[in-house]
Amino acid sequence: MSKRIDVKDLNVYYSKFLAVEDVNINIEAKSVTAFIGPSGCGKSTFLRTLNRMHEVIPGARVEGEVLLDGDNLYGPGVDPVTVRSQIGMVFQRPNPFPTMSIRDNVLAGVKLNNTKISKGEADVLVERSLQGANLWNEVKDRLGKPGSGLSGGQQQRLCIARAIAVEPQVILMDEPCSALDPISTLAIEDLINELKDQYTVVIVTHNMQQAARVSDKTAFFNIAGTGKPGKLIEFGDTPTIFSNPTEKATEDYVSGRFG
Amino acid sequence: MTSTLTPVRKRSALTKGQLPKAAPYIVVAVALVLGAAILALIGFNAFGWGIVSGILFAAGLVGWSLIVEGARKAKDKLATCLVVGAFLVALLPLFSVIWTVLVNGLPGLLDPGFLNTSMNGVTGAFDNKTVEEGAPLLGGIYHALMGTLLITVLATLISVPVGLLTAIYLVEYGEDRALARAITFFVDVMTGIPSIVAGLFAAAAFFALVGPGTKTGAVAAVALSVLMIPVVVRSSEEMLKIVPNELREAAYALGVRKWRTILKVVLPTAISGIASGITLAIARVIGETAPILVTAGFATTINTNVFSGWMASLPTFIYTQILNPTSPSNPDPSSQRAWGAALVLIILVMLLNLGARLIARMFAPKTGR
Repeated sequence: MSKRIDVKDLNVYYSKFLAVEDVNINIEAKSVTAFIGPSGCGKSTFLRTLNRMHEVIPGARVEGEVLLDGDNLYGPGVDPVTVRSQIGMVFQRPNPFPTMSIRDNVLAGVKLNNTKISKGEADVLVERSLQGANLWNEVKDRLGKPGSGLSGGQQQRLCIARAIAVEPQVILMDEPCSALDPISTLAIEDLINELKDQYTVVIVTHNMQQAARVSDKTAFFNIAGTGKPGKLIEFGDTPTIFSNPTEKATEDYVSGRFG
Repeated sequence: MTSTLTPVRKRSALTKGQLPKAAPYIVVAVALVLGAAILALIGFNAFGWGIVSGILFAAGLVGWSLIVEGARKAKDKLATCLVVGAFLVALLPLFSVIWTVLVNGLPGLLDPGFLNTSMNGVTGAFDNKTVEEGAPLLGGIYHALMGTLLITVLATLISVPVGLLTAIYLVEYGEDRALARAITFFVDVMTGIPSIVAGLFAAAAFFALVGPGTKTGAVAAVALSVLMIPVVVRSSEEMLKIVPNELREAAYALGVRKWRTILKVVLPTAISGIASGITLAIARVIGETAPILVTAGFATTINTNVFSGWMASLPTFIYTQILNPTSPSNPDPSSQRAWGAALVLIILVMLLNLGARLIARMFAPKTGR
C-alpha cells in the first residue's frame, strides 16, 4: 500500500514566475523523506506539485514529470482528483471541517464522495484510522463532538487520521508541527515513524532536528536570492546530509551558519 | 533598627482628582430641573425638555470633570456624551415609529375577524354604520396577508437559487475573470435600481410576453426578485468568501471533487450567514409598495392563485385604505384597518429578523468539547 515517486526535470510556475527550477528526485516507497531549506525556497510549492494541489491556485502550472510508480501525474487525461485520492496531504495549520463531528471528520473522504459505507464498516474505519493517528484513546468517548473542540495537536492528528482513512499510497505533510507545542510535536513524530511501515511519507519542515529525527532521506532546497527560482541543492541519506554534505550551502545551512 | 514609615498621604500619587461615583446622576437631576425651568419660561413641551436637559447634562458633566479631573478625562466624558447622544438620536425614530404603529394599530389588530376576513363585499355603507351607530367594524386583511406571503414566497423561490448560484460562481469559479467582474458590477448597479423601476420592468416584461394588462402575483414576485437578487448575491458572496481556503484544500486533498467540496464543505460552513442574509433580503422586499401596485394591482377579495388575477398585499392594502377610504365620508374605519395592517407588516418583519438570528444560531458551526 505504498508507491514510490520519481520526479524528472520539474519546473513549477506561478503564472510567469518560475518558483522552483529543475528538480530531479527519487522518493522511495515506505520511507520518510524530509524537505528542508530557508523560507520561500519552494519546498511547500514543490510538495504541492506532488499531488496536484499546486494547480488549485489560479495561474499555477508545472512542466516536467512526476511519476507515481511509473505513472506520470501530469500525463494527458490524468484526473487530479484520482491523483489526490492516492496521495494524501496534511497541512501546516490543522484544518478539521468545523461543521462535522470527530467521527464525520475521519469519514470525510468517504462521505464527501458519497461512497456507500455501512455503519459497521464506518465504525471499523473510524477506529482503525484514529488508532493509526494515535488519537483513538483520547477521543473514543466523544466521537460525536465537533472536531474543532480538540486541542491543536489533537486536531492535527485528526487531520492525519482523516488523510489515512482514504488509504492513500503516499502522505505529504506540509510543516505539520509548526503550529504545535513540543509534546504534540513528539506525538506526531512518533506517528510518522509508525506511518512509514505502510505509507510513503514526505514531510516539509523548518525544524532541522525534526528532519534528522524522523527522516530516512533529506532534500535541501535553497534559493539564490529574492525573485530567483528555488532549487534542489542536495538530496541524500539523512545522516550524510547532516554530518557530511557534499555542497557548501547545505553544510552552512545545517550547521546554522545561515537561514 | 530603624524603619522608615511610608509617608501617609491622602491620595495616591498615581491618581488625579476624581468625580464622585454619583456625579452623572447628580448632573442628570440638576439638568432635568434646570431644563424644566428654562422650558417653563418659553412654553413647556416634553421633546424640548429632553433636548435642553441633554445639552445641559453634557455641558455640566464635561465642565465639572474639566475642573476636578483635568482635560483628558473631560474629553473622554465629552466623547461618551456624543456617542450616547448619537445612539439616542438614532433610536428615537425607531421607538417613535413602533409606538405610533402600536397605539394606532392595536385596536384594528384586536378587532375580531381582522386577520381572517377579507374586504370582499365590505362597502362604505358598513363603515358609515360603524361610525354612526356603533356597529362592529367589518372587513380584514386576510386577502392582503395571504397575498403578501404568497408573493414573497414566490419571490424568494426565484431569487434564492439565482442569487446563491451567482454568488457561488463569483467566489468559486469566477477567478476575477472579465465575466465575474462584469457580474459584480451589474449586481452593484441592480442594488441601486429604484423599486418602482423594478415594478415597471416586470409589468412591461409580462405585458410583452403574456399580454397587455397582465397583473398577477407572479408578476409582482418577479419585480420583487429583481430587488432581492442583488441583496442575496452580495450577502452570500461575502459569506462564501470568508470560508477559509484551507477547508477547500483539505477536501481537495482527500480526493473530493470541486462541486462536492462546494456542496458539502463550503456551503454548510457558510450556511448560517447565507440563511440570515436571505431572511434579511426577504425582510427588505416584504414591505415594498410601488412595484406591487403596478404589477399585482389591488384586490378586495381573497386570491390565492399567484398566476391569475389581481392580488392584494399588505403595503398596497395600507396605501389604498388611506388614499381611497372605503367610505369617503367616514375614513376612520379605513385608517384603523390601515394601521392594523401596518402593525402586522412590522410584526412580520420583526419575526423574519428573529428568524434570521435563530437560523444563524441553528446552522452555526458547533463548538464544544
